[in-house]
Amino acid sequence: MLSIIVFLPVAVAAGLLAFPRLGDSAVRWTWITASAVELALVLGLWLAYDPATPGYAYEVNRRWIPSVSSGYHLGVDGLSLPLVAVTAVLFLACAIYSLRQTQRIRSFAALFLFLETVCLGLFVSLDLILFFVFFDLSIVGMYFVIAGWGHRGAARAALKFFLYTFVGSLALLLGFIGLYLSAEPHTFDIARLAEQNPLAGQGVAGTLVLLALVVGLAIKTPTVPFHTWLPPAHTEAPAAGSAILAGVLLKLGTYGFVRIAMPLLPDTWRRYAWVIVIVGVLSVLYGALVALAQRDFKRMIAYTSVNHMGYIILAIGAAGLIATSNEQAHDLAVAGAVTQMVSHGLITGALFLLAGVLYERGHTYDMGSYGGLAASAPRFAGLTAIAAFASLGLPGFSGFIAEFQIFTGSLGATPVATALAFLGILISAALFLRAYQRIFLGPPRTAGGTTDLTAPEAISIAPLMALAVVVGLFPRFLLDVIEPAARTLGDLVSR
Amino acid sequence: MTLWFLIGVPPAVGSLLLACGKRADSLSVPVAIAAAALTLALSAIVTTQRPAVAASYVEGVSFGLRVDGLSAVMVIIVSVVLLAVLIFAVGEFSPEEARARFFGFMLLFAGAMLVTVTATTLVTLLMAWEVMGAASYALIGFWWRESRRASSGTVAFLTTRSADLGLYLAAGAALAGGAGGLALDELAGLSDGWQDVVAAGVVLAALGKSAQLPFSFWLSRAMDGPSPVSALLHSATMVAAGAYLLLRLEPLLGANPWAGVLVAWTGALTALTLGAVAVVQSDLKQLLAASTCAQVGFMVLAAGAGGVAAGSGQLVAHALTKSLLFLAAGAWLTALGTKNLLALRGVARRYPVVGVTFTAGAVTLAGIPPLSIWATKDHVLAVALREATPLYLVGLAAAALSAAYAGRAVAIVWSAPDPGAAGHVEQRATGRVNAWQRSALPPLAAGAAALGVLAVPAVWDAFAGIVSTTEGAAAAWWELLVSAVVALATAGAAAAVVRRRGDVRAREPWVGWLGLEAAALSLVAAPTRAAAVALARFDDRVIDGGVRAAVAVGSSVARAVDARVEWSVDGVVRAVAHGFRRLGRSARRPQTGQLHHYYAQAVVALAALVVLLVVLG
Repeated sequence: MLSIIVFLPVAVAAGLLAFPRLGDSAVRWTWITASAVELALVLGLWLAYDPATPGYAYEVNRRWIPSVSSGYHLGVDGLSLPLVAVTAVLFLACAIYSLRQTQRIRSFAALFLFLETVCLGLFVSLDLILFFVFFDLSIVGMYFVIAGWGHRGAARAALKFFLYTFVGSLALLLGFIGLYLSAEPHTFDIARLAEQNPLAGQGVAGTLVLLALVVGLAIKTPTVPFHTWLPPAHTEAPAAGSAILAGVLLKLGTYGFVRIAMPLLPDTWRRYAWVIVIVGVLSVLYGALVALAQRDFKRMIAYTSVNHMGYIILAIGAAGLIATSNEQAHDLAVAGAVTQMVSHGLITGALFLLAGVLYERGHTYDMGSYGGLAASAPRFAGLTAIAAFASLGLPGFSGFIAEFQIFTGSLGATPVATALAFLGILISAALFLRAYQRIFLGPPRTAGGTTDLTAPEAISIAPLMALAVVVGLFPRFLLDVIEPAARTLGDLVSR
Repeated sequence: MTLWFLIGVPPAVGSLLLACGKRADSLSVPVAIAAAALTLALSAIVTTQRPAVAASYVEGVSFGLRVDGLSAVMVIIVSVVLLAVLIFAVGEFSPEEARARFFGFMLLFAGAMLVTVTATTLVTLLMAWEVMGAASYALIGFWWRESRRASSGTVAFLTTRSADLGLYLAAGAALAGGAGGLALDELAGLSDGWQDVVAAGVVLAALGKSAQLPFSFWLSRAMDGPSPVSALLHSATMVAAGAYLLLRLEPLLGANPWAGVLVAWTGALTALTLGAVAVVQSDLKQLLAASTCAQVGFMVLAAGAGGVAAGSGQLVAHALTKSLLFLAAGAWLTALGTKNLLALRGVARRYPVVGVTFTAGAVTLAGIPPLSIWATKDHVLAVALREATPLYLVGLAAAALSAAYAGRAVAIVWSAPDPGAAGHVEQRATGRVNAWQRSALPPLAAGAAALGVLAVPAVWDAFAGIVSTTEGAAAAWWELLVSAVVALATAGAAAAVVRRRGDVRAREPWVGWLGLEAAALSLVAAPTRAAAVALARFDDRVIDGGVRAAVAVGSSVARAVDARVEWSVDGVVRAVAHGFRRLGRSARRPQTGQLHHYYAQAVVALAALVVLLVVLG
């Protein structure tokens, strides 16, 4: 089942490339249908999933590279299932959004389908080598999206993105090899490594392996100070590419923390949790403040991603500090971190698509060039307002559920750092309101007005916001899946 | 179930109106009025049933709602004021305005207030609290085409949200202190240390929402919203929410004496200074706004001094009075296009219904017997006197100031029109006050006046029994008398000043609300902005510069390798190749193709071989 879900998109992509006779509109609809089928399959997965059963669901474990005891091991649990779901949702949204995409639609669709396989594959991987392969392929896929369909400076930004995150993946590989060598018998299997806890009590080795993992994942996430590849990549990427980059690819990093770094190196994680907390708070404040200074709408959203990822890092750091003392606080922090991954995917995905809408209208992301758009494009203004308020963590949206859990869970563990992180939501409020006012409110700046949202734009973006509201108001359906996994993680980390 | 409906109907209907947008403009009036009427009916039901509901929310914490005595009073007052304000608004907004957006946000806003006053856990409270702030942003900036109004919404939202962070702090501290369910009634029994943090967070949030010092300035900016928005914001919701929270969590303030003292004095000083600010305002809505801060100050004072009943009484009386006054000011604003007091001279004579009800409201506000605020404020002052005499004296002085600004306003609207002010128009004037607008005023005026029965000890005891379980001080007969004399004397003096000298002199810093907004801008906003710009530059130059430098170092190393090492390696390879070529050439030399040469070579080779074998053998 999982293998079908993972490899269906890439099979469709191969089909698209194999039949070059297929017309552009057939390509578009094939893409949308494939993504919709994918979402339906994931929905089925969710409905049939029982959070109460311990361990992994839909597990597949085949021999793959037995010489290094690396297997084709897939499975989902409460940490990965929500991310699998948000991935399927976002790729469908991007497929619909790209209905009006005219430039080389066939390869664009194939590339996105390939990326969908890669991202889903990563979230369900239970083997480090498999994880690493998907991790690297995601970089390759996104490189081509940015370089091939980006704006003017795309080639440069894509190269920076590729090289920077590739260096990160090399660090990650070093860490994986360290884990492999320390395990007895040697293995790359995540589940077995988690059972073994191979580096328990080995101070220096544990520290070095954790350092390699953290650097690798921190570049991908990204956290301060490894974030500078992100703004140019986002600014130059096409809208759908940005949405996937922010909505899904950044989660590959944060997911790596909860899937690999925390459970496989529990005592080392606890020992250095304070470092993680500091990195988290720095990312929160630094990302928010630098975003406040931006004039470019898309660049600003890119920096808010640094801010939002900072909350996740803060939460998992704080979770490490209190894993042994306060179970409820730990579970809240971890559940908040996973909720934030889902929430940021939906909200920032929508914001980047909206930034694409803005670019379509005015051919610039410079906020100063706009003004009073709400007069001629009320639906665009309304949807952007919703997305902006969702992103600044207004209750009623998923972001609040995430941040409330993170803050409440973390405060007891690290009061000063968490209280400082509160300022992040205030600064994000300031920057979003400022941006919104400049672009949409006040007297109209451009004569003749702007066209409002088209149907594909509205149909791709509005459901993302609807989902953010559903999670924000009725979070139980999501938390019922996440919380047991958070508890399991707590048991692993407190060893 | 009724309770779910009560909190569900206004936001659901409001969101629906918002989602439909312009298409719903014409339908929005009956829909919104019906929703508000239904809300009032549901409020009446929950007041008698007193239900409690809860739903599991995040781990260990539920989304809980309950209607107890205090909540019941709040729910009723919110619904009443909402209905009155919406009826008035029907007359205020012409059909071509975005009515669906207006009514949608008003309902959303009121719904959030209803959740706030029934919340039993911090998460419920915080959610409603922040949604209310966001709805106020949309309402204050309702006329968004004017940049100033839009940015007023931003100022209000950012100011209140910065205080809201206190509730996030309180939630985290409550969990750390052992209140795993984050229930409001657990907060007063936490472990030491964390309980102080919770109290600090709650106080911060409440003072911000209630526009107490030093946050008062956002309320001045909130005047850029439509008058019905001010009427709702300044009476039973938003600013009242802060006071409500302090009254609800009075046990927490009692358990942390420093918090109680801080709250009581902040309330008293706000009542005094913002009362003085109100006295000199030249704009009627600004006067009323400053007066709101001052009157809410009495509620805050009561909460800090442990007078839950007194504070609640003041809240109810003020809600009715202030919504009435803002609606009256709004009626004149649409009719005459101005809210400037100079231009409003004699306006009560021109519009008698509005004039009479406005006067009733202003006299109530002045604290003149036998009207409601006279009674409730004295109960507050009685609590203050029991706490500390200086607190009582400051409160009494603040009461005198309320009488002064109310007396001044009344005297101005009834005085002879000023012919010189005719051209003072801020917005389009319709020249009339319509029936929708008129019909909302008398019921509010009647309520504001009639609640004076709270001065009767038996009635007061009954009210106190509903809203609070603890025994509170009530005003003695001499206190009621003293305040009555003070109010009458000051109001009379203010009226006399208006009559004799025309008006009071406007003095800085009082006219400009003590420069609080400028202070917030220069002390908080500007440094943050500067830090942001500096960090952005740091990000580009240093952090990304570091990355670029690493890349540059990498490529220059690569170039160096290319130029030196690669060259040398290549050189070695070439040299070797050259050597082999020469060897090859030498090896070719014997191959002459002539047979006798080969024979000679073979003989030499064989001879060499024989020699070798001999030597080795």
